[in-house]
Amino acid sequence: MDWMAFLVSVKLAVWTLAILLPLGIIAARHLAWRRYTGKPFVEAALALPLVLPPTVLGYYLLVGLGSASPIGQLYKGLFGSPLVFTFEGLLVASVIFNLPFAVQPMQRAFEGISNEVRDAAACCGMAPWRIFWRIELPLAWPGIMTAFVLVFAHTIGEFGVVLMVGGSIPGETRTAAIAIYDRVQAFDNAAAGAMSALLLVISLIAIGIANLATSKSRGRHG
Amino acid sequence: MGEGDVTEGGVAEGAKGLDVTLRQEAPIPLNAHIECPPGEVLALVGPSGGGKSTILRAIAGLTGITHGHISCNGSIWYDTQKRIDVATRHRRVGFVFQSYALFPHLSALDNVIEALGARPAGARKSRALELLGLVRLSGLEERRPFELSGGQQQRVAVARALARDPEVLLLDEPFSAVDRATRQRLHRELSQLRSQLRMPVVLVTHDLEEAVQLSDRMSILHHGQTLQDGPPFQVLNHPANRQVARLIDLKNIFQARVAGHGAGGEFTRLEWGGNKLEARYRSDFAAGDLVDWVIPSGSVILHRRRGPSRGVRENPVHGVIESMVRLGETVSVSILLDDHDTHPLFMSISVHAAARNAIAPGERIGVSLRADDIHIMPRLPAFHDDDL
Repeated sequence: MDWMAFLVSVKLAVWTLAILLPLGIIAARHLAWRRYTGKPFVEAALALPLVLPPTVLGYYLLVGLGSASPIGQLYKGLFGSPLVFTFEGLLVASVIFNLPFAVQPMQRAFEGISNEVRDAAACCGMAPWRIFWRIELPLAWPGIMTAFVLVFAHTIGEFGVVLMVGGSIPGETRTAAIAIYDRVQAFDNAAAGAMSALLLVISLIAIGIANLATSKSRGRHG
Repeated sequence: MGEGDVTEGGVAEGAKGLDVTLRQEAPIPLNAHIECPPGEVLALVGPSGGGKSTILRAIAGLTGITHGHISCNGSIWYDTQKRIDVATRHRRVGFVFQSYALFPHLSALDNVIEALGARPAGARKSRALELLGLVRLSGLEERRPFELSGGQQQRVAVARALARDPEVLLLDEPFSAVDRATRQRLHRELSQLRSQLRMPVVLVTHDLEEAVQLSDRMSILHHGQTLQDGPPFQVLNHPANRQVARLIDLKNIFQARVAGHGAGGEFTRLEWGGNKLEARYRSDFAAGDLVDWVIPSGSVILHRRRGPSRGVRENPVHGVIESMVRLGETVSVSILLDDHDTHPLFMSISVHAAARNAIAPGERIGVSLRADDIHIMPRLPAFHDDDL
């Protein structure tokens, strides 16, 4: 059992969620309520990770974040280390390939809040931040929880992109999914089986908790 | 044109109440001026899509208008020339939306509390309970909107709108989403609540009866333009022109020529097809003027058919009954008049009067047009009825 790989997987999922949930909420509100001509293409770009093969996405990320790229060079100039084949590089890739899983459910949720309800909140004298906390967030909560579950499950389970961008460095970029593949390659089926079972249980519990939170908030809204 | 929509040079006299002037070409054409002093209910009446709701939204700051000025109790909320546009939350408005727009995840109490702003928590709760009591919702404070009936939701919306002690109360077709019986009850309650309201109230409705019942003044809007405003019965009995007459659902609109005035100014004589009519005296029209005239269908009086009396000499006309439609306790009778190929004359009489006089389609009858109820209006240039 490669506990180190589990730790990397969980750490990656937590960090991805920490970055992507606030970012996703901003993007989702923007896409839900603004109207402009280029919007279908912005939405298409956000949806790309859903349709591209993971290896294609991984390839572009590898090239885009690599030491020869402007982003890679900027990062190296700032922090003195390359971005690819590090945990940080993996995190950037994870945030990018999870974008549609975070943004789309939240966008639908914010679209579901009627303009009149937001107008009514403004007529009640509520400040924008108060409207966000007291009205928008509770009403969009089921969508936000769906995004949470999808991003978590997808980060834990992603294989192709992780392998392309992160490789398989123990303690740094080797996630549980990669470790399982490693074990199978080494004919260590017992370890692969145990890790697979644990991954399955973690995913089940995470989705279960999220569903519970969603259904409770649905009960509150009617 | 209507005299009512002209203002006194735009001087904000005393600067009390609401004063709104809006002009734009697109997206929704507007050319409206409304004034509403504190404690008065102004009804904006007109067909759907006439810009009524846009005016309310502009007052609340929810939509911008190309050229406009909105002030309330002396403070300017919106002025395109001075580049003033006070944010919605800083305009103290109470807004009751057509769909109520309650916060679906919050109880009735919390819906009201959200509008109570910066008071201490305890004070907010007691004030919210008080307001819910005012709209007769005591005991239902903890219910969420989906657990309330349409009428109850409307009352929560009213309580929430009153929570800010608004400087103006805006009601956007607040009775359109409830059944008829509930609507009548809510009308009565609003009439009672009115005595406690000290702010201007603007009510948007397409229901003329509702406007007459609830408002002190009525403003008729069409294609975003104020056509006439005034006390409801004044507008109803003295429409400014054919267009207003159509909008307030007067069926008997005809064209005539002024023939002259009676001696001593007791009436104005009209030449209408082959008939000579006496109408209420109007010194502002001269002999030869082409005019429109209207008469309410209730002011068309049936001549008794059995044993006709000699007393019905007031503007007698004769014709054949074309059709009859029963509307509750009254019957609307359309009569094709002799010597008139224009549209029929409508008369409304009680059901029992229709039965007693054996009124039936195809029968010949005679009616009188009450001279005092014949209202003469200037002819609009190139106006088509299809525009309505």
